[in-house]
Amino acid sequence: MRRRIRGVNEWVEHRTGIQSAVRQFLYEEIPASSGWHQVFGSVAMFLFMVQAFTGALLAFNYAPTPGDAYNSLRYILTELTGGRLMRGLHHWGASMIVVVVVLHMVQVFLYGAYKKPREATWMVGVVLLLLTLAYGLTGYLLPWDNRAYWGTVVTTQIAGQAPVLGPYLSRLLGGEGAIGVVTFARFYGLHVLLLPPATIFLIVLHVFLVRKHGVAPLPGDELKAKQKFYPQQVFKDTVAIFIAFAILFMMAVAVRVPLEQLADPTDTSYIPRPEWYFLFLFQTLKLFSGPLEVVGSVVLPGLAVLLLILVPFIDRGQMVKVTRRTVALAFVLLAAIGWGGLTAAAVRSTPKEALAAAVDYSGPTDWMQLSPEEMVGIAYFRQENCVSCHAIGDQGKAVGPDLTKASIHKDAAWMIQHFKRPSAMRPGTSMPPIQLTDAQLNSLAAFLLKLNEKNATALDNAPDFAAQGALLYQTNRCGACHLVNGGGMKIGPPLNGLSKRQSRSWVEDHFADPRKMAPGSIMPSYKLAPKDLENLTSYLFALPD
Amino acid sequence: MGNVQIVPPREGEGTSRRNFYVVAIYGLWGAISAALGLPALVYLLFPPKAKKGEEWIEVGDIGRLAPLSPVELTFRRTRVDGWKVISEKSTAWVVKTADNQVTAFGPQCTHLGCAYHWEDAKGQFLCPCHTSLFSIDGKVAAGPAPRPLDRYQTKLNGSKLLLGKLQGSPEKKS
Repeated sequence: MRRRIRGVNEWVEHRTGIQSAVRQFLYEEIPASSGWHQVFGSVAMFLFMVQAFTGALLAFNYAPTPGDAYNSLRYILTELTGGRLMRGLHHWGASMIVVVVVLHMVQVFLYGAYKKPREATWMVGVVLLLLTLAYGLTGYLLPWDNRAYWGTVVTTQIAGQAPVLGPYLSRLLGGEGAIGVVTFARFYGLHVLLLPPATIFLIVLHVFLVRKHGVAPLPGDELKAKQKFYPQQVFKDTVAIFIAFAILFMMAVAVRVPLEQLADPTDTSYIPRPEWYFLFLFQTLKLFSGPLEVVGSVVLPGLAVLLLILVPFIDRGQMVKVTRRTVALAFVLLAAIGWGGLTAAAVRSTPKEALAAAVDYSGPTDWMQLSPEEMVGIAYFRQENCVSCHAIGDQGKAVGPDLTKASIHKDAAWMIQHFKRPSAMRPGTSMPPIQLTDAQLNSLAAFLLKLNEKNATALDNAPDFAAQGALLYQTNRCGACHLVNGGGMKIGPPLNGLSKRQSRSWVEDHFADPRKMAPGSIMPSYKLAPKDLENLTSYLFALPD
Repeated sequence: MGNVQIVPPREGEGTSRRNFYVVAIYGLWGAISAALGLPALVYLLFPPKAKKGEEWIEVGDIGRLAPLSPVELTFRRTRVDGWKVISEKSTAWVVKTADNQVTAFGPQCTHLGCAYHWEDAKGQFLCPCHTSLFSIDGKVAAGPAPRPLDRYQTKLNGSKLLLGKLQGSPEKKS
């Protein structure tokens, strides 16, 4: 048997030379000083492969057109086993690859490994960094949720500001006029068709150059015996890769990647924020205003990239020990402080609404299934601050009974009596009477009857706009004509799936003057305050199809 | 780091450390491959979480249907197709048997899925692709078809025919 395997091996070796090529690769000689500080390149390459793998898997269940993109991603997240893990790996992998690529560059920079004859290796590396960021930029649009849409609006506008090239760039990105199908197709094409082969080509070139010139030695290395790449350095690379992968995997499992509502170009309240590693650019932009804006958006970043590419030509001295490269060290520290400061400033200036407004549509959205009546119950439940005494699962105080426990659920009539005069129904209770009308108490009871241990968190997730919107829906008696989640009347059109049929501005205009938008409509006009109009429309748009 | 030392050749350092490296390399890569590969297989092979069960669809009035003369009825049904719910045209070959029972066959040949039709002259269903023949009760009469025609679940509401899920024939292989 063993002889047969050897026979096959010899046959393959003779025909292809694969074995000797692998051996040559693994038994490459590297300087004696090589070690843990040189693992980042391998980790970056590994992460690139993880991105390619998870990206291909996502593409198997993803429809790259606006609208369908969002629905297919939701399908991946909610219907497919392991779909959330795949997206988590791809999403967090993207962040991680930026971190690792930067660490790789910092290491090379600190050690001065870009020096003659390794200038080309460094420059190819800078281009690879730019490609990594290009993935982040183009991939950001692909979920086609509000975050993706508005983030890309800003990006394409910035590209359009570039001196001379601006208009052409924005035409290339399909960003002229508005972000739509064209921009989407181009971003997707870049992300999956153009960038990967370019990256693979440059990685091969990069590794070829590393091999051609050998791993950069430290001063004094020439006196020591060289070591082989395999197995000691391969072991170190593997351990580093494994640690990186373990962190990535845990993040993919534990940290939920949100999916916001479907991209809504008419949503004027949305505050877009870029991905964290672009926040420093975003903040730089704020330092310049008016005609100088282009300095922050295009000129400074452009100069920084140019400077980065030219590093090997600026610093042309002999290789010295790391500890003596004080200028380089100071430069890295300054860059880190600058980056950290700008990012921190951007985070601090992020309005609370920008964080709070995000509803995770990939999570359990049981609240979407509630009838308006029950939804209104949530509004009163919050208004009366019931959680100051009652526990809801693991939330709230446990002065009163846990409201998710079915055992305390009586019928609605009992509950309403109990709300009005708690001590009459439960002698000795310390619960104060609730000062609401019968209709309001009825809503509260309807919600509490729906509440159980399983859906408690999901219902607690119900955004405020939905509770407020439902309140408006009830007080304006919309249910006397319309159907929502199976409750109400069929005189007017059912409102589930409204977001698929009409735009947001259409709906808002329709409230003010129904007949203007839909001739022959018998719906009376509603003059709503702007905030109410927004809440009610958001609520109706959040209803399931 | 800095002090210059002459490192002795590695050859003599014994094979145990080298073995440890090799085992660790294979072990860690094995773990990574498994952690990526197994979820990937699950992701690709597990069916999507079940949606609501299919409801019954009314396909038409079969009160005037003559016994033993199959007709092709066309109807629209909604189907969950990945992330979409689509409404599509669908057909069924409906036969009223001599004892007034109704059978509805799925419109595809059980061989390779071509559309078959009723040959009045022969009194059999004929699939034009590879000339599979089925008798009026769906059994394979000739040709490469491996099993009888698939049937819809049926329900009668007065003379209205309702169709449910498409299932294999209740009979075993012919």
